Amino acid sequence: MLGNVNSKNTLLETILTLNNLTKHYGKVKAVNDLSFTIEKGNVYGILGPNGSGKSTTLGMVLNVVNATSGNFKWFDGTDTTHNALKKVGAIIERPNFYPYMTAAQNLELVCTIKDVDPSKIEEKLEIVHLLDRKDSKFSTFSLGMKQRLAIASALLNDPEILILDEPTNGLDPQGIHQIREIIKNIASGGTTILLASHLLDEVEKVCSHVVIIRKGVKLYAGPVDELNASHGFFELRCERQTELIQVLERHQDFASVKEENGLVTAFLKNPLTAEELNTLLFTQGIVLSHLVKRKESLEEQFLQLTANLN
Amino acid sequence: MLRLLTIEFYKLKHSRSSKVLSIAYFVILSFIALIASIEFNLGDFQIRIADQGIFNFPFIWHFNTWVAATLKFFLAIVIVSMISNEYSNRTLKQNLIDGLSKKEFMLSKFYTVIAFAALSTLFIFVMTLILGYSFSDYTEFSIVTREMEFLLAYFFKLVGFFSFCLFLGVLVKRSAFALGFLFVWWIFENISYGILRWQINAETADAIVQFFPLEAMKNLINLPFQRLNFIETAANQLQADIQIDYAVHWYEVGIVSVWIFLFIYGAYRLLMKRDL
Repeated sequence: MLGNVNSKNTLLETILTLNNLTKHYGKVKAVNDLSFTIEKGNVYGILGPNGSGKSTTLGMVLNVVNATSGNFKWFDGTDTTHNALKKVGAIIERPNFYPYMTAAQNLELVCTIKDVDPSKIEEKLEIVHLLDRKDSKFSTFSLGMKQRLAIASALLNDPEILILDEPTNGLDPQGIHQIREIIKNIASGGTTILLASHLLDEVEKVCSHVVIIRKGVKLYAGPVDELNASHGFFELRCERQTELIQVLERHQDFASVKEENGLVTAFLKNPLTAEELNTLLFTQGIVLSHLVKRKESLEEQFLQLTANLN
Repeated sequence: MLRLLTIEFYKLKHSRSSKVLSIAYFVILSFIALIASIEFNLGDFQIRIADQGIFNFPFIWHFNTWVAATLKFFLAIVIVSMISNEYSNRTLKQNLIDGLSKKEFMLSKFYTVIAFAALSTLFIFVMTLILGYSFSDYTEFSIVTREMEFLLAYFFKLVGFFSFCLFLGVLVKRSAFALGFLFVWWIFENISYGILRWQINAETADAIVQFFPLEAMKNLINLPFQRLNFIETAANQLQADIQIDYAVHWYEVGIVSVWIFLFIYGAYRLLMKRDL
């Protein structure tokens, strides 16, 4: 689940800092007092239900939405936002290109805007498997191809950070799979990624850190595995079930035990490895036929976190 | 500045409709030369337009710039659509995300307006010289260079008009509506003039209306036909008084310059204020 944590960068380098960023649309508080930091080398997910302020937040740091109050700074804050954005690659909501230009022509324009050499165009088109369509007009592309072209465009400047806002929205399963593979490859190369999504498994599959927002308010920001203080749970099955439950309930490391369809689920309150538990039970004469240690999925954690506020 | 111009021209270069319209504009501009070949018979007289003095220096500067200015609508469509397309394709948003600032975006459009106006002015300059030297009765250098301020007026007139289009494009975001708005505004100016003239008097109406953007641009180059010899003669015979001040005045250029500033700055402020 955390296969893409990048530990190459021991030195913490801040890429983006948000300080009490707030956006009101009339009475609606789209984003409220949001603060968090993005550090180099991590893969971040911004999680939140639809309309929770993800895109507005990204819009503000990307210079297209004016903040009501608060501020943000890119890198060390010495450069203007639009210059900093030349070191950023971003795609938002849906791909926006000139429909009458070909893929390569569109990318060339982006190169001129970003002040980078156009020699990388073919290389980036190759990454997103669009090289054979480089001379086709953008208007002839399918949504999946448009989205991939947007990723190629965002990569042109070899960005310090890649921002993706709902990159798989509206795609078919094949398209979703392609995009995720591309993102994973980019992440494994050490590029910092900020991925906004309402799809939890998407974030779970690629992110090491999450920022969870709901109705414009930050609920959590930090590593995915510290999201919930719990130490996970065991799923157990054996012949002598009643004895097993008794043993577990007496053990100081377990918070609760429940049984469902012959499967015993025991929630930990202190760390305990599967080996330790197995040894312990074996010495007590309980032989397990099924032993799995699991962590709550991000979805379960997310639902717990958002439910707490209701 | 060159980078911004390159960006904008790259966008225009690949847009077929912009390209067709721009080329059509310059082709039609060159058709002014065809006026030279117009001949018609009036009873026993054969009248050749070119011989009526319209191609005489220095009058030709006035005549050509006035005729050419009426064709500015072709480029106006290009200018308006070059803004509204950025909105409808949502590429404005993408441009900003890619690292163009809103100021740079506005400047790239304004530089393009200036480039179009300058190109058109240069085109008219060259064409006028060619036509003039072919048909003018006087080709002394001192006469040729007289009244060349009409070229300057022409340039300002174009920049002013295109800036207005640019502003409307940013304001309403859709080309058809922007051009419609332009037409409505033109009607508004005329109605205002009518009301002022009817309620107060012609002098006051003229004095007020000259500050309106379209009227100010119109005043830069007045209708040239009253200056033609045969019309003057005819008017004298009819004892009609057509004393018209056709010269280019500094304050006319001044009023248009203020409008150019207001339009471009206004468009910039609108862009800054808006969330995309």
